[in-house]
Amino acid sequence: MAAPLQPFSPEDMTRRRKRNLALALVLVALMVLFFVSTMVRLGGTVAERSL
Amino acid sequence: MASPAVHNAPSLVTAAGGQGTVGDYIALLKPRVMSLVIFTAVVGLFAAPGHIHPWMGFVAILCIALGAGASGALNMWYDADIDAVMKRTASRPIPSGAVEPGEALGFGLVLSVASVLMLGLWVNVASAALLAFTIFFYVVIYTMVLKRRTPQNIVIGGAAGAFPPMIAWTAVTGTIEPGAVALFLLIFMWTPPHFWALALFREGDYAKAGVPMLPNVAGRAETKKQILIYSLLLVPVIAAPLATGTAGWLYGSGAALLTLKFLGDAMAVFRAADRATEDRACKKLFGFSILWLFAVFALILVEKLLGLAPVGGLL
Repeated sequence: MAAPLQPFSPEDMTRRRKRNLALALVLVALMVLFFVSTMVRLGGTVAERSL
Repeated sequence: MASPAVHNAPSLVTAAGGQGTVGDYIALLKPRVMSLVIFTAVVGLFAAPGHIHPWMGFVAILCIALGAGASGALNMWYDADIDAVMKRTASRPIPSGAVEPGEALGFGLVLSVASVLMLGLWVNVASAALLAFTIFFYVVIYTMVLKRRTPQNIVIGGAAGAFPPMIAWTAVTGTIEPGAVALFLLIFMWTPPHFWALALFREGDYAKAGVPMLPNVAGRAETKKQILIYSLLLVPVIAAPLATGTAGWLYGSGAALLTLKFLGDAMAVFRAADRATEDRACKKLFGFSILWLFAVFALILVEKLLGLAPVGGLL
């Protein structure tokens, strides 16, 4: 049986906001990680290569 | 118009789950263990012969750290029942109720897959395979199979903690070389005396949880003997980085002095006649063993950074 629903307390809301903020930061960090890693793997002359 | 039930939905929470703070999720990653993993991996990265792009070196360390954290989360998920009855671990996020077991499982699995994939796609397949094996070894071989069954759990399971510098080395070279094995052996042989010293002064905790640690299976006298034996085995092991050309005289002399002190502390544990002296000696050995590992690896790193490391070795 599913656990009963209770209203959020102000503490719950603060915790949730902090978790969401942390997740947002992780997502931004992942974007930077993916972008820079891809650029490094492709090499500096990627824009000059023949297609 | 939305019904009151739908309107109220976002402001409701189930009684269980979703209550963990950011700190609870960080605690799932075992940050103290992770710091040692990062440090030994950084040393492995610098000690390895060859070149890696600095950003890729950073990515390799990040993936190793995430993999270690994932292992920690999966370990806490599986061991929540044991953690709940042990004083040292009762406040961990799952037994304290801050994080649901399923949340920890999902967190650990996602991090495991992500860390292995990123390492494989961006660095090399060999290091990713080694990271995947390490996570499997720690979670399945150590946590699920050995920990609750045999007092040798620490000896075999200790291998999981010894892999990080080897993974970092492989990230640079693409292969497992004798130098990487030498770094692996340092941690592998250090683990039993380190954890058995802890188990001696936490014996009651482990017995209460039903974990067959050496003191509550073979007795305190046998554990003290085994601590001394494994401490003596550190002597040939500290020579391995010298033989493989991974480290030179600065490391050699420093490691010799540190290991002498380690042996002295292990001997004090062995000779302790009463329980109070024994506990004191065990705490001293446990504390020094952490310093020993840090210092031995720091010596290898410093030697490499100063350009004092030898070019080749015997192996």
